[in-house]
Amino acid sequence: MTTTIIQLFVFMLAGFVGVQTINRIPPLLHTPLMAATNAISGISVVASMVLAGSGEGVVATILGTIAVACAMTNIIGGFLITDRMLSMFKRTQTTVTENSGGGASSAGSSS
Amino acid sequence: MSETLIQLAYLLAAFLFITALRALGRPDSARRGMQLAAAGMAVAILATLFQARIVSYEWIVVGAAVGAIAGYPLGMWVPMTAMPQRIALSHAFGALAATLVGVGEYTIGFSDGTLIRSSVAALGLEVLFGAVTVTGSLMAFGKLQEILPGRPLTFRGQNTINALILAACCCCVAWLIAFPTHVVIFSVMVALAALLGILFVLPIGGADMPVVVSLLNSYAGLAAVATGFAIDNNILIIVGALDGLSGLILAIAMSKAMNRSFANVLFGAFGSTDVTTTLGTAAGGEMSPTTAEDAALRLAYAGRVIMVPGYGLAVSQAQHQMRELGELIEKRGGDVRYAIHPVAGRMPGHMNVLLAEAGVPYDKLIDMDEINERFVDADVAIVVGANDVVNPAARTNPASPIFGMPILKVEDAKSVLVLKRGKGKGFSGVENDLFVGPKTSMLFGDARQSLLDLAMQVKVA
Repeated sequence: MTTTIIQLFVFMLAGFVGVQTINRIPPLLHTPLMAATNAISGISVVASMVLAGSGEGVVATILGTIAVACAMTNIIGGFLITDRMLSMFKRTQTTVTENSGGGASSAGSSS
Repeated sequence: MSETLIQLAYLLAAFLFITALRALGRPDSARRGMQLAAAGMAVAILATLFQARIVSYEWIVVGAAVGAIAGYPLGMWVPMTAMPQRIALSHAFGALAATLVGVGEYTIGFSDGTLIRSSVAALGLEVLFGAVTVTGSLMAFGKLQEILPGRPLTFRGQNTINALILAACCCCVAWLIAFPTHVVIFSVMVALAALLGILFVLPIGGADMPVVVSLLNSYAGLAAVATGFAIDNNILIIVGALDGLSGLILAIAMSKAMNRSFANVLFGAFGSTDVTTTLGTAAGGEMSPTTAEDAALRLAYAGRVIMVPGYGLAVSQAQHQMRELGELIEKRGGDVRYAIHPVAGRMPGHMNVLLAEAGVPYDKLIDMDEINERFVDADVAIVVGANDVVNPAARTNPASPIFGMPILKVEDAKSVLVLKRGKGKGFSGVENDLFVGPKTSMLFGDARQSLLDLAMQVKVA
């Protein structure tokens, strides 16, 4: 029982961190955010690997292997596409040469 | 490697993931942040390889290799216009992984006789959320890819049927908690959840996809949380919570931007024929067509121009042409901004990504609240492939189905140029008073060709 309670604490605290963090992300970056959470959710590969490698029956191995493939697709594809997308977000040429402090303040105000 | 070290590695990974999400708050730090997250993922995977339960590696390697081969094209080759369906597809993959893990852990627990109530509860929820998300996301993918019709597919009493299926699924979970070893019930639950995913998304129309895709994102996250509970893994709980909340926050933001409740989007079958009563154009009047030459002349001498992209821009893949036209106007001394409505397109932030891809600097992409004050000063507002998000009826006509939806106040501009494929209605089936307004001229034709023509004429003007 105590494990479940600890898990619930982790869940709740992660939830609060999530709300605080995600509310700060401007609409400008909502698509990269979706791609990013997709990539990060590939962490289920951790559970899939255990299933695929546990050697506890054919069914578990097959399901685990497919799960690893799916999760890995999300990890590789997700991180690549997020990076590709984010690399396209550029400021106007003239402001690029200015220091990043100015850029940061204006990006903050637009959010 | 001891279990403690593995857990510490997960802790580090969780820290890096949260840091990455914080970095996503600003465009200039986002990319670095995601690289940190990728490093975190690598740490977590490497640490898992030393997990005590893992006895053989060959199938892990096979799965990972297949995933890497499938993931590379999905990451590098998919065009930005196809991003909504790409995201929907990856929700399906993520949820499938969670579902399969749930089923696999259940079979192991069943054959070992180690199924206990708390873990079956978590496994049940995991498979429930997972299966709904898998089929739901595939439906969303089908609609966005236009394999399936984008209009809502409805049948009589579908909300009742969906509610019954959902209730049956919940009963199955409850039954499994009471009798963990009933495999038949488990299988029935998986099948019902998969069916629910299909029936749940089919009645939802194309323009409501931003909400659906966000919500499926949320479900995929919740499936991961349940996985974490089932196999006692904190990093899955943390990541699942982040994922789930991110999806939920986006879904709520999207609903708000359409001035519709969550329930209305999900169960309202908006845009289906029975909802769209044909409201006559309130203002009456005719659309006044114009030619590219005339329109370009106005653009060439305009001081302030605001471009308003909509889903039509993505359909005709005209983002590059829009940027070129914008640059030509700027070269002639005009000031060009891009007005971004939160639900323009098929997913949150769709227009931003498209225009960023075309090379429009992101400081010129202005959110609705901010740009709405600037329309008054604009000499010309160019609407490309947008309809409902600029329909003044949302503010003036209480009888309109979209009444109350926040819109871009394009009609405040000194003149309006609308690029439109034909004289058809918008997604909601509502007539648009903007198109017949006295300040509005219409340029009919494919958005891409029209923008090309305009750019050519601006060049010679």
